[in-house]
Amino acid sequence: MGFEKFLFYVFALITLWASGMVITRRNPVHSVLFLVLAFVTSAALWILLEAEFLGIVLILVYVGAVMVLFLFVVMMLDIDLAALRAGFIRYLPLGAIVTLVMAIEMFLVVGSETFNLSAFPAPDAADSSLNNTRELGLLLYTIYLYPVEIAAVILLVAIVAAIRLTLRRRPENKYIDPARQVLVRKGIDRIRIVKMASEPFEKEESA
Amino acid sequence: MIALSDYLVFSGLLFSIAVAGIFLNRKNVILLLMCIELMLLAVNVNFIAFSHFLDDMVGQVFVFFILTVAAAEAAIGLAILVVLFRNRRTINVEDLDALKG
Repeated sequence: MGFEKFLFYVFALITLWASGMVITRRNPVHSVLFLVLAFVTSAALWILLEAEFLGIVLILVYVGAVMVLFLFVVMMLDIDLAALRAGFIRYLPLGAIVTLVMAIEMFLVVGSETFNLSAFPAPDAADSSLNNTRELGLLLYTIYLYPVEIAAVILLVAIVAAIRLTLRRRPENKYIDPARQVLVRKGIDRIRIVKMASEPFEKEESA
Repeated sequence: MIALSDYLVFSGLLFSIAVAGIFLNRKNVILLLMCIELMLLAVNVNFIAFSHFLDDMVGQVFVFFILTVAAAEAAIGLAILVVLFRNRRTINVEDLDALKG
């Protein structure tokens, strides 16, 4: 059991260090990369807590998609870093005091006897035949079916909103208006039938 | 043995670091979004720790939904950020006073 505790401390310290780097780095790209490190190590902590599916999902979906999206945006925007960093030192004392008080308060509550091993004994390690993904899926697709569908709708709304927000019509671009395209009438708008007298067929002289 | 309080203290510290980040980087919208992500991570660690120690899978179901909503929030937040930068050429929070709030 000693090795498990060792793993917990290693991963917890790496996560805290990485999140500390996230908030203090000057370069936002470095911040995003440290955020990726924080997410990956906390995924390891989740796997330590026998939440294997969510640990993998955190790496695949969160690091693989959301953090890459952050990285895209950070690299795409041309930001004046000096102006954004102004006041970092000025806000440091206030931020440190508030954070320290908050951390101490939370430590007094959650670090107390209420949550130690005698109140919450560590459960036995799950049997290796137990399938975390299957258990989660059985819950999600039976009892929590409606919430799953609402989550799907939320994702759809996010897709539509993100695309609509960033879509822009540039005046120099030529594009087809689908509404006008389907309104086109056969006779006037598309083809014109011209009545004309038939002309005599002339055989070409030199083929 | 790792106690529940170890995980709770860890997530409390993570949350405090994220709050400190919001204090320190209050001009940079990208950093603010990243600090919100860190806060959500701390909350998720709490959920999973309780789910493990109470032997109740529902905590993990809740984390699943939090991840979904957080992904949607990040996508829309970044889209707003891109539009903002395109229109104002800045993401400094102090310059974003068009609504005169």
